[in-house]
Amino acid sequence: MCDTCGCNITEGNRHLIEEGGKHAHASAVEVLSNLLHENNHAAAHNREHFDRHHVLTINLMSSPGSGKTALLEATIEQLGKKYRIGVIEGDLETENDAARIRAKGVPAVQIMTGTACHLDAHLVHTALHDMNLDEIDILFIENVGNLVCPASFDLGQHYNVTLLSTTEGDDKPAKYPVMFRAADAMIITKSDLLEVLGDFDPQKATQYLRNLASPADVMTLSARSGEHIDLWIEWLHGHFEQQQQRIAEGATRKPAIQPDGIALHADL
Amino acid sequence: MTRCWNWRRNNIKLASQPMHELSICQALVDQLEGIAAQHPGKQVAEVYLGIGPLSGVVPQLLSDAFSVARAGTCASTAALHIHENEIIVRCLSCSRESTATANRLLCSHCGEWQTELVSGDELLLERVELEAFDRSGESSPAYH
Repeated sequence: MCDTCGCNITEGNRHLIEEGGKHAHASAVEVLSNLLHENNHAAAHNREHFDRHHVLTINLMSSPGSGKTALLEATIEQLGKKYRIGVIEGDLETENDAARIRAKGVPAVQIMTGTACHLDAHLVHTALHDMNLDEIDILFIENVGNLVCPASFDLGQHYNVTLLSTTEGDDKPAKYPVMFRAADAMIITKSDLLEVLGDFDPQKATQYLRNLASPADVMTLSARSGEHIDLWIEWLHGHFEQQQQRIAEGATRKPAIQPDGIALHADL
Repeated sequence: MTRCWNWRRNNIKLASQPMHELSICQALVDQLEGIAAQHPGKQVAEVYLGIGPLSGVVPQLLSDAFSVARAGTCASTAALHIHENEIIVRCLSCSRESTATANRLLCSHCGEWQTELVSGDELLLERVELEAFDRSGESSPAYH
């Protein structure tokens, strides 16, 4: 068993390591590395690309149909003249979302993942080959619609923004804690439906988010009616300025997706 | 340096599976292959992981996925041991530590919501044990 310090050898297993035993020539390697070491390495590489080109990169995550593409369309309408925007779209199939973005005059690269439930850093790196970062100020990565898997994969983004639509129920942060804990900002979308639905309480949703020890900004808005979209636009302005400030100081930022516990123990 | 002959083929096959535990297992087997390559003549016998409830990974699914991902590799007969860590938070207000559940990371002493995670989000390959390759004839992973 263990031939580095002998700590694992007991009377019960000594026969295994004595000459002729199954593990007589075994050796142990203490590793302590993150299982996603390769992905994290590729994500760091992507992040260097973004910083070198002074790009702010935001990963949008949510369940399918919560309004990620609609929010991007509204964002382009509001900010398309001030910032040069680019979009990477992740879906299992179709170019539909990329076509919606391109119709707004913004470059979009579609990643079709087949049956895979999330984007990873390597897929994003490949997509970057089709995107000229010199011509982009803010890059949005619209992740595959899924409240579970995308939270585990760093893509190289600076911020995670998680959408929660009013039709989904205000207890989603309690049901999907890993996803919502990874959010730097939570956007409650489709606020124009609040009155019709009657049972979604934005304050409750925020409380469930705080129960995850998350200090994330919370914005409640409607991409369709334009209600409170200015909160999101101001958020983007502020975080774009912060990104430029960090680059000037030679610093970068990783989103909340990287677990602190791993950073304490592992070689990242 | 030994390499598992069908590793690349596995990579392509697994990349299209709709469960992120498979992607993670693929990354795990990749790391195991790297470790085995540094120890000529040895294969992976035991693999020890530390997983926290906030890692986003379900240990049972990871275990099931490993039995697929390991096939035909240098870990084809390896046993997977998963240690499930508990969630512990430290209060930013009273500085005390307490155990917590995945969707309620509050300080159990003073009720403060602003806490930092001490453990519970780990996704760690902690330790690997290697044994002499195919000495007993019990296992015969396909190598060049």
